[in-house]
Parts: sequence; C-alpha cells; structure tokens
Amino acid sequence: MPDLTTTYLGLTLRNPLVISSCPLCESVDNIRRMEEAGAAAVVLHSLFEEQINIESELLDRYLSHGAECYAEALSYFPDMASYKLGPEEYLEHIRRAKAAVGIPIIGSLNGVTPSGWIRYAKAIEEAGADALELNIYYIPTDPNLTSVEVERRYVELVRAVKASVTIPVAVKLGHSFTAFANVARQLDEAGADALVLFNRFYQPDFDVERLEVVPTLTLSRSYELLLRLHWVAILYGRIRADLAVTGGVHTVYDVVKAIMAGANVAMMASALLKYGIGYLRTVLADLRQWMEEHEYASLRQMRGSLSQQRVAEPAAFERANYLRVLSSYAWRLPE
Amino acid sequence: MRDSTRPRVTLDGNEAVASIAYQLNEVIAIYPITPSSPMGELADQWAAEGRPNLWGTVPTVIEMQSEGGAAGAIHGALQAGALATTFTSSQGLLLMIPNMYKIAGELTATVFHVAARSLATHALSIFGDHSDVMATRATGFALLASGSVQEAMDMALIAQAATLESRIPFLHFFDGFRTSHEVMKVEMLTPDDLRAMVDDELVRAHRERALSPDRPFIRGTAQNPDVYFQSREAANPFYRACPTIVQNVMEKFARVVGRHYHLFDYVGAPDADRVLVLMGSGAEAAHETVEHLLARGEAVGLLKVRLYRPFSVAHFIAALPRTVRVLAVLDRTKEPGSLGEPLYLDVVAAVHEAMAEGTAPFATLPRILGGRYGLASKEFTPAMVKGIFDEMKKAHPKNHFTIGIHDDVTHTSLDYDPTFSTEDPQTVRAVFYGLGADGTVSANRNSIKIIGEHTDYYAQGYFVYDSKKAGSMTISHLRFGPRPIRSTYLITRANFVACHQFSFLERINVLKIAEPGATFLLNSSYGPEEVWDHLPRTIQREILEKDLRVFVIDAYRVAREAGLGGRINTIMQACFFALITGEYSSTVARSSDHGEGSFTRSDRSRGAPALKGVLSLERALAAMREAIQQTYGKRGSAIVEKNLAAVDRALENLHEVRVPERVTSVFDLRVPVPPEAPEFVRRVTARLIAGEGDELPVSAFPPDGTYPSGTTQWEKRNIATEIPVWDEDLCIQCGKCVLVCPHSVIRAKVYDPALLAEAPPTFKSAPARWIEFKGWRYTLQVAPEDCTGCALCVEVCPAKSKTEPRHKAINMRPQAPLRETERANWEFFLRLPDADREKLHLGQVKDVQLLEPLFEFSGACAGCGETPYIKLLTQLFGDRLLIANATGCSSIYGGNLPTTPYTFNREGRGPAWSNSLFEDNAEFGLGMRLALDQQAAYARLLLRRLAPEIGEGLVEALLEADQSTEEGIARQRERVRLLKERLVTLPHPDARQLLSVADALVRKSVWIIGGDGWAYDIGYGGLDHVLASGRNVNILVLDTEVYSNTGGQMSKATPRGAVAKFAAGGKPTPKKDLALMAMTYGTAYVARVAMGANDTHTVKAFLEAEAYEGPSLIIAYSHCIAHGYDLRFGMEQQKAAVLSGYWPLMRYHPDRLKEGKNPLILDSKAPSLPLRQYAYNETRYTMLVHSRPEAARTLLELAEKDVRARWRLYEYLANLSVEEWMKEARYA
Repeated sequence: MPDLTTTYLGLTLRNPLVISSCPLCESVDNIRRMEEAGAAAVVLHSLFEEQINIESELLDRYLSHGAECYAEALSYFPDMASYKLGPEEYLEHIRRAKAAVGIPIIGSLNGVTPSGWIRYAKAIEEAGADALELNIYYIPTDPNLTSVEVERRYVELVRAVKASVTIPVAVKLGHSFTAFANVARQLDEAGADALVLFNRFYQPDFDVERLEVVPTLTLSRSYELLLRLHWVAILYGRIRADLAVTGGVHTVYDVVKAIMAGANVAMMASALLKYGIGYLRTVLADLRQWMEEHEYASLRQMRGSLSQQRVAEPAAFERANYLRVLSSYAWRLPE
Repeated sequence: MRDSTRPRVTLDGNEAVASIAYQLNEVIAIYPITPSSPMGELADQWAAEGRPNLWGTVPTVIEMQSEGGAAGAIHGALQAGALATTFTSSQGLLLMIPNMYKIAGELTATVFHVAARSLATHALSIFGDHSDVMATRATGFALLASGSVQEAMDMALIAQAATLESRIPFLHFFDGFRTSHEVMKVEMLTPDDLRAMVDDELVRAHRERALSPDRPFIRGTAQNPDVYFQSREAANPFYRACPTIVQNVMEKFARVVGRHYHLFDYVGAPDADRVLVLMGSGAEAAHETVEHLLARGEAVGLLKVRLYRPFSVAHFIAALPRTVRVLAVLDRTKEPGSLGEPLYLDVVAAVHEAMAEGTAPFATLPRILGGRYGLASKEFTPAMVKGIFDEMKKAHPKNHFTIGIHDDVTHTSLDYDPTFSTEDPQTVRAVFYGLGADGTVSANRNSIKIIGEHTDYYAQGYFVYDSKKAGSMTISHLRFGPRPIRSTYLITRANFVACHQFSFLERINVLKIAEPGATFLLNSSYGPEEVWDHLPRTIQREILEKDLRVFVIDAYRVAREAGLGGRINTIMQACFFALITGEYSSTVARSSDHGEGSFTRSDRSRGAPALKGVLSLERALAAMREAIQQTYGKRGSAIVEKNLAAVDRALENLHEVRVPERVTSVFDLRVPVPPEAPEFVRRVTARLIAGEGDELPVSAFPPDGTYPSGTTQWEKRNIATEIPVWDEDLCIQCGKCVLVCPHSVIRAKVYDPALLAEAPPTFKSAPARWIEFKGWRYTLQVAPEDCTGCALCVEVCPAKSKTEPRHKAINMRPQAPLRETERANWEFFLRLPDADREKLHLGQVKDVQLLEPLFEFSGACAGCGETPYIKLLTQLFGDRLLIANATGCSSIYGGNLPTTPYTFNREGRGPAWSNSLFEDNAEFGLGMRLALDQQAAYARLLLRRLAPEIGEGLVEALLEADQSTEEGIARQRERVRLLKERLVTLPHPDARQLLSVADALVRKSVWIIGGDGWAYDIGYGGLDHVLASGRNVNILVLDTEVYSNTGGQMSKATPRGAVAKFAAGGKPTPKKDLALMAMTYGTAYVARVAMGANDTHTVKAFLEAEAYEGPSLIIAYSHCIAHGYDLRFGMEQQKAAVLSGYWPLMRYHPDRLKEGKNPLILDSKAPSLPLRQYAYNETRYTMLVHSRPEAARTLLELAEKDVRARWRLYEYLANLSVEEWMKEARYA
C-alpha cells in the first residue's frame, strides 16, 4: 500500500484529496459523506461579508419600507427580537461540521471591508475551524487603480488577517496578475501558509434576446488544470507556503499531475457536483492503483517531480514551450 | 412618579394595555382593526418569542376570521375556564355585541380592551370617539374609561382585578389614536404589582365555574315566558356590588402602586359652581384647563368619569361639590334623534333621582347641559373647554351644544376664543414635518424615548399621518418639560419647527404654528447662503415677522454619503438634539448675498435651547447611538455602522442661516386647486387639501355622505422626484406600461394628425401602429404632477435601445425640469378625443391602452399591485359599472377624502361606487344586482304596457337588444335616449315611472371588490352565499395575501412559510384555495390571474367574467408593500409566482360544459422555477430564514409540496374528459 499522506497548512492529511469550497459543503450530511468517501479535508463554502451586508440592508429596508406613513398601517411586519443575520449560521455550521467529522475543516472567507475580513476571520477561528482560506474575489474595474496598488491591498489583507488569527491561513486567488510569481512571493512573505491556485470567477454571459447580462457558472473541466499546473510547477521550491491546485481536478491523472507539479493537495468540487460525492472513492482507488502500478511508495516521492526546478527542460515552462507548441501545430497543418 | 423604583418607560397606549393584558391572560383571540391592531400584534409577537404570562405559561394567541369570531372564541375559552381577552375597536366591537350579551348574562369574568373609535355611518372613520363603546351599554359589560397612557395601563390591571371579584365582564376603553397611539413616559407596573392586585383565589374560582365533564352542568338554556324575566333580574346583586368592588380595587391599587383613582374623580375648586363631566382623553385637556382657570380664580371643576357602567349614582353625587350650579356633560358620540347623548342622560337621571330621594347635597337643582365634542378625533382643546365654561356662566346657556365645529345649519355650536392657550411655558413644543418614507416619525419616537428615559422630564409624542399612502406627509408633535403633560391635543404654538422635506414649503405654511422666536430646522439641498431665495414669500414673511432662527442641513446628501439612501431620520434627529440642547456651535455662513443680514435681530438666546442643563448633547448623542445599536443591531452591523456614521456627519453639516431684513421672494405657496375646478372642489375640497378642513362649517358638507366623483384630478401632489419619459422612436406601442400604471398617469391615444396643429412645442407623437388607425398619430403621455415615481412602467417595458439596452422606450427622469412642459402636454393630451370603443379589440392589451380609465390618481402606495386591476375594470366597463367595495385598502384609496379617484367620461358616465362594511360586501353587491334586475324587470313590464304609445318597434328593439358587445350597448343607450324623449311627452302615469327606471334597460355591470381579508376571512360566508346564488355579479378579489390596509396581518390567503403579523413565526398552514372551493359549485365562473405573468389572460378573464350570466370570481395576484421588496419589480415577481407553480393561472367556465368541453382550463405551464427562487425575493419569506431558519426550511419544503400537489390536482382535473368530469366531479 503506497503512503498517500501529505501535509497542508501544517496539518497532516491522510491523502491529497481536499474538497474545494462549493455548495456541497453547505450540508453537514454531505461533509460526513465526504469523509466516508475518503476526503482528507474539507474547505467550507465561503462566508461572504457582502452577502451578510446585503441581507441585513434588505431586511432593514423592507422592515421599515412603508412604515410610519399611514395611520392604519404603521408597519407591515412584526419586528422580531432577534435575527440570525450573517455569520452566526455559518459559524454554527463550522461547529456542527467539526462535531460531525474527524477530518480537518477549513473555513472560507470572502470579505469586502478590512474590518470585516478581520472580524469574520477571528469568528471562524473561534468557531473551531482548523484553518482559514481567504477567498479573495476582487475584480479591479477602476482604470485608475494600478497593479501595484492591487497587489499592496492583497498583501496588507493577508498580513492583517495573519496578525489577528493563530490558525493557518491559505490564500485563494485568481491568476490575473502581471507578475504572478512576484505576487506569490509577496503573499508568502506576508505570512500566507498556502496559496490556492486558482479561483474560478463567475463569468457574466449575454442574453442576446433580452439584451441583458446574465451570470453563469459552469463546472470546471480538466483542461483548466494546465494553467494551475503551470504556476504550481513554477512556484514549487521557490516559496515557503504550501501549494494547492483547485480547478480542473477531475481524474486520477489530474491528481497525479498536481502533485508532480508540486502541490501539497489537489482540490475537487466540480467532479463531485457532476458525479456525486461517492466519486471520491473512485479517484482515491485509482490513485492507489496508479501509484502501485508505477511503483511509487509515497506521495512525497512524486511531489514536485515535474516542477520547473526539477524537470530536465525548465524552459518548457517559459517562452520556449510556447514556440514549441506553435510549431507542433504547424507540423499538423494539412498538406 | 420620581419616588418609585418602578421602571419608567416611554410607550404608547396600545403597548401599555397589551403588556398588562398579555400577562394576565391565557387565551387571546384577535382580529385586526384600527386603532386596536397593535395590541393584538404585540401579543402575537410576544407569544412567538415565548414570553410567559404572570403564571409562567405562554398565552395562546389566535387570530380569528372576524371580531365576531374572536368574541365567540373568547366566550368558549371563558366557559372552559381560561382567562381570556381580546382587543378591538369600532365595527369590530359591534360584531362582538351578541357574544357580549352572552358573556355578561353568564356573569363571566373577562376584560375586553377597546381603543375607542367612531362608527361607520355617512362615512367610515378610523379615528377616536366613544360611539362604539356607547353601542355596548346594554350588554351588561362594565365600562371603564382611561384618559391617558398611564391610566390605560393602570385601568387594564384594575379592570382585571375587578372583573374576577365582581364576575361582571369589563370593557376597558381608551381613546383611539389620542391615547392608543400617543407615546408617553409612564411608570411601568411590575409583575409584583400584578400579583398583588390579582387574587389567585379568584382565578381558581373563575376556573371552578367553568364547564367540565368531571362536574357536568348545563349553561345556556332556552327559557320560556315563565322564567326568563326573573332570571334576568337575578343578576342584580352583582351589578349593585360592582361599583364598590371597583372602588375597593382602586383603593388597593393606590396602596400597591401609589396612584389613587375613584369611580368619579373630581378636579377643581371645592366650591365650584360650574363643573364639566366627561370621560376619556378629553378629560386630560379639561383637567389642564381647569387648573389654569383655578389659578386665575375661577370657581370651576371637572368630574372625570372612570366607571361608566354600572353607573353609581351615590358615588357620582358624592364626588360633586355641593356648590355646583351648572353641570355640562360632554359626550364623545352622537345619538341622532335622542333626547341627549348617553352620559348626559345618565347624569340627568342621576341628579334627578338624588334630588328626588333627598340624597343630593345641592341647594337647588343644578342646571344640566349636554354637549358633543371630539367626534372622530376632532381636536378638543383648552380653548374649547374655556368656551364651555364661559357658556355655562350665561343666564340662558345653550343645551345640546357642540364644541369644536362651526354649526351654521342647526346652530348647535358654541363660540370660543381659539387663541386661548394653557400651554405651559416650561414645556418644549416641537413639531416636525416629514415624509412617511424618510423615517421622521420613528426618529421622533426615539427622541421622546431618549428625553423621557435620560432626563427627569415628562415627555409626550403624537403623530399625525396622511390619508394617502404614497408620498404621505407626517406631522410629529413632541412635548417635554419638567411638569406633567396633560395636553391631549395637537401643538398650535411650537417653539421648535422642523421641516424634513423642502418640497413641503411650496404646499403648506409649516411655520404657521411657530411661536415668535422659535427655531426652524430645514432639510435643504440649498446651503445657508442660497436657501433664502428658494423660500416662498409666506415662509420668508413668517421667519421675519416671528423673528425665527433658521438652520439648514442637506440631510439627503449626508444620508447618501453614509449609504443610507433616503433615510434621513438619524441625521435630522442629531440636528434636533444639537439645537435643543443649545450645544450647537454655529458655523456661520461667511458671506451672504443678502448683505448685512443677521442671525437674529433681537435676543440671541431666545427660543431653543430647551434642554440646556437637563440633557447634554453628548449624552443625547450617546443615547441615540445606543438606540441605533438597539434598533438596528439585530438587523446587522452594516446598518448600525452607516447610521452611526450619519450621526457623526450630521452636525458638521448643520448651518445657521443669515436672515435678511426683507421678504424678497417673487413666488408663494401653490394654490391647492386650480381656479377652473368645480365649485364644490374649490369651496370644500381645496380647503381639505390645504389642511383647513377643521375650519369648514357644517353647511359645507353633504348631510348623507354623498360626494362628487373625479376629484383626485384637482389635487396635484407632485410627489415623484422622477417620472417616466417616453421615447417615441423606440416605443412599439404595446400598451404594457399603460396597463400596469397603478395611478393611471400613463395614457395612450390615437388621433387624427390634424389635431397636432395646436400641440404644445414639446408634445410628442409617433405614427400609430394599428391597421385600423392607419395614418393617425399615437401619443403616450405622462401626467407629471400625479405620478408617484414607482417605475413599474419602466420595468415592464419590453422595448430596449439596440445600442444602449439600458435605455428603454420609457425611462425615469427628474420631474422638476419637466413639470411645466409636461403639464401643458398632459392638458393638451386630455383634450384629444378618445378612440371609438367600437373599433377596438377589447381582448388585446394593445387596444385596452386606448380605453379611458375612470379610476385615476388614487392615494394607493407607489407601485400598488391592486389598482391596475381596478383601472382595467373601469376601462372595460366603467361607464356602466357599479362597485360594492369591501373596507380595506381599496376602499381607502378608493374613497378616502379629501379627493377620490373614481371619475367619469365625457358623457358624464362612470363607476358608481360605495363601501358598506368589511364583512358584508358580497351581500351589499348582490343587493345592487337585485335592485337593478328588479328595476329592469319593472321597466320591461312598463315597456310592454306602454308599447302602443311608445311604438312597438322601439319597444321590441329595447326588449330584444343584444348587449353582449360595446356596439350593442351603445345602440341600446341610443334607444333608451329615444325612449326617454318619448316618455316625457306621454301623459300616462306609467310613463313617469318608466322614465325613472329606463336606464336599467342598459346592461349594468356589478362588481364586488375587496381584498383577501374580506374574501377569505371575514366576508367569506357572504361571498360563499353570493357565489351560490347564481346571480349575475362579478367578484374581484385583490389578493395581497395579507391584511394590507391594517398593516400586514395574516389572512387565510397568506401562504405557508410567509411571515405576517399574527404569524410572526411564519404561517404554518397553506393558503386556502378559494378558486378550487368556488369551482365546486360548478355554476360560478372562476379565474385566477396575474397581470405580470400574462396580461392578455387577465383581460380575457375580466371580459369572460363580465359576460357570464351568473356569479363570477376573479382572484387577482396583487403584489403589495407588505411583501417586502422593491415594487418596481412587481410584474417580474408575478411572473415568478406563476413560473414556480405557486400561482397557477386558470379559468373555470361553467358554459364550457354545455359545449361538451372540460370547464377547467389551466392557462400556465407546469412549474419550471424552484419555489425558493420566487419566494426568497420577498422579505416576508426571507425574514423567517433570518429569525427561525429551521422553521423556514421545513415550511419551504412543505410549501414546495403544496405547489406540486396542487398542480397535480389541477392538471388532473383539467385533463378529464367531459364524461369523466361529469362522473368524477359529480356535475350534472
């Protein structure tokens, strides 16, 4: 039996399969089934500060909407003594998940204000999460905002959260940076315990009949893995923080590739949404089988083996690779 | 007050009473009716929160289908041994009367708490007087009156203690609005007080008298002439004992609590020669006046009646000074045709009896005068009290007088000097003009609370609301000061005036009530330097003549910057405290266009500050912050932070205005109605609009409640900041915006292009897209001054610009720059001819837009979901329409003065509208039908009889007329016109009779309209009966799924899982399927429609219902402010309701069965949208997710099952073959 254990965020995991933040994690029952199916850890769905703010604003607006206008109807709703708005339910979910399973539970947070990030990070820690993933989902649409400023905000955020909690902190981010390797280094220096590559942004689509922009979310596909492999392979060995691949992990080959690129863990979500939680068992069995067939004794053996620092042709990750792909297409041009 | 350790709280009369009643009862049966509803709401909410009563259990609070139902449930609960209560007012109390006789006849202890309100007579009124209570005099209930918030709390307890001991049921009453809604600092009775007053032994005795199979007996027998009379008299000892019991309870209360009450409390000179007798809140104003007059050496007195029934002559006589020479007995009710009002007659009888028996101490028989005051919350002021005392001095004083009005018809009214005032100079009087939506009232409630609870001052708040729901004005009256406040009347001399809406300045003189030297705070987008030039002359003059200090703040900007949108309440409140505490450090306008203006021309320290040395600004702001935390904390930290930021920013933006020396404005207040308005509108309506209704004499009013139609058109309210603007190039002329507009402010016409010759320069038109109107022009016109700015039209518009899709064929733009030009365009548009109805396809929305609406500019909420249906009804059938309207939103926006929206067309025809009551509307409408049918039958009889004289041809045509189409009706009208022409020439007596009923020969359309509270609950019995009657009436249920008009209480139409008042924990049971129930008759046309989901279907259902020669029922999805979302998306939400299967569109047409077809047609598709995606757009559902997430989950799952199950049932029924239908549904 090959040794599948790995470490991530200072936690020892029984294998490299971690459940990525997704709607399945909203149910403790699902989390229990994930553990049973072999998941090594679960990243919960995100707590969105913005969502909390919107909900409370809507509640406030409509509880007072039309009130005190007309003598017969001075209000339209009973105003209860308390509301469960915001983090309470999420925090309760962490507590219940922790009580239900033995595998690590990683909280996920998406804030909007500096005070919100810190307040909710602390709350997640206090609720018993083993670690925290900062889900930085930010689209800099302001043309006056420079890349330097954007990067500074990321770094300051990580520094501030790290200063306020003691549990390990992972940073999940997108790849739209001019100098991603430098961003990664800065975050590493700011104290990030892991980088999770990459966030998949909800892409707006167009309804051309109604002339409207509509939000869409498609499940990831395996081909999306390549971008992640690329950057994990480049970063591996160059930064202190752990690395996680998320987005496009669907088969055992994707897992193996992620580890070989240098990831500590491979995160899955779309595949489970598509095939069900039980699909984890298949991937895990396949991983074991693949390692046995290829005579890997442990995951450690394969980790980072195809990273830029360890491959025979480091240039393959740089421009040379681009040229070679282009020419490979040229070879296939029809006569 | 200050010596006691009891908590001092600031609350209103309803809460004061409910808090006691809740603690002292086990079963509470409720039904909403203004102004008592908040008592039931509080009880329901406390029960939902698990608050225990005095004995540790949570009372069962149950909403019933009517007040009659509530009284029945209470009767039952009492008979089964529970302590039980209910709360009600007005007609609700009348519905309880039958059970009240029973409860009293059985000597059963209970207390009903009544916020006393006038009764519907010539008109409904929600305001306070004693008409309802007086109607219960004969029931055998004891009647106990309170005059203030503190008294209401105290008497609630005293009544409970007394009923248990006396076994006489009590009706405890206090004045609607004046006491029920007045916010007052009071001393809270503690549970220990309650325990000390309520004897558990008596509670057990009450239980032991209950029905029980363990010790069975029978109660409620039927009796014969031999015994009924004696049995009735057998209860006498209980009534004789009752007054003494009540007085003893009052003595005990004095020992426990310290406040000493008597059955009759006398205030005044021990040797008074003139004494007033009255009860309720008016006694407080009288008390204040008597004290004032005493100080001036006048020998006057006041007797406050507390226990009115059973009336104790002994206690009454003993309470009067022996010196009394004239008694004036004031009744807050009217009994037309009586010798006098009830209290007066009782006093006459009491004095007479005492004199006759020699028990009276008076030297001579006092003269006793009776008078009426304060009907429907008409102001009752010290000036009026003084007027009465002055009258009493006269050698021949007027009897059966009225006070507070000018009766120039029967000359009952007394003159008085309105300038007489007893206002305490040490009491601060602050008046605030606000917009309903801006939070002014809630801020002022909070200010009163802060002053009441953070200082030793007494404090009082009273709030006056608008009769319109959209863009409504609120006026807050706040008093506070070191001395007790008994001023149960509005402030007329304010030393602080705030106007929170700049636009009010052009409508009313907000400074009329300002005292000289007062402080004026104005929310203005104009800064301290430019604001002066934007004030109307009247306002400038008031400022100069009264030497007011003027301050401005741009509260909307501050609110916007703080992310608060239009909620300026905390900002204005902070400014109020800054000015009233005297800690505002003025940031003077450095330069001024007005040269050497000054802040004040006289004493710089006059007027406010009033709290100097009593409450520091710092402490006030800290209390505000605390209150913000308390109010908003539970709604989320983001809200708290924004409000706190607003408080911080407010003071930096408050500026004093340098007031110039002279009036400079060239404009003044707008006239309330234009000079071309009809005479009645100019003479009467205009005064009501201007807020001067109190000054109109009796002769100004119709004596029978009949008012002219079509008066909203004269009241230009200009409440929208943005109005829709038409883009004629993009418009596809679909008519959807016209159909949806809740206030009938968007209209369309097609007309001959030649008519454009005289059009104003900015008048728009486009080629008409109708084959029938080829070559004509089309115009979509907005009434700029009547629009409420709801934007439903923009959301429903399907036409978007190809290059910039956010630009539609109709778009919201600021109103102010458009007002003048669009007013001219609107006036021109109205003069254009309407399309020929006979040319139009009434089943098409595109054509319906061209029909003139005969319902316009109502006072409904902006974005109302009901009014589009009513407007459609008037477009389709308005010129031959009779409407019976159940009490509720539709009767209020349909018939609340000053102006009413039902109007008439060029021929003078339009809807005939009336409101009877809440519970009887179906019957009311049926009665209309019966009358019309009877008249038509009589007309036919006379036609046949007079055929030789009239002419056989015309008679036959009249009798055989096909009136199924617009054309047919037009022809018949023409025939009736001819008939009338001939009839006037005929000498035959039958001719005159026929003339009076000839109009009945034209098809009339009777519509019975009301909300779900009426149709599903209180009026269901009648509705069911009318559906079964087979008569040709049409019933339109405007289903908002909640009692909208009284503030969102649950009805049986409320869906499962929605939160409503009386369903604070989410409604656990599914919505009643009224359509399915009506279908089971098999003889009624039934449709369920949602205009936003399928407007053509709606129009079709209206046409089919009207055409069907039997009863029809249309249940119309009406989005409502009580659903809790932005109503501009109302139509989208209706669509979602249908897509989710929550609101399946259907029609059941009995005639189809005759045609061999299944009568049920499902007009919408199987559910395709998850229910949550519909429901969770609305606060009524999401607030349960926030308050009880587990329950929300469970109820949503059940609601999803409801949707599936109902869809399957409908689908099954709709797919049956006719044979199966006959068999399965058992219809022959």
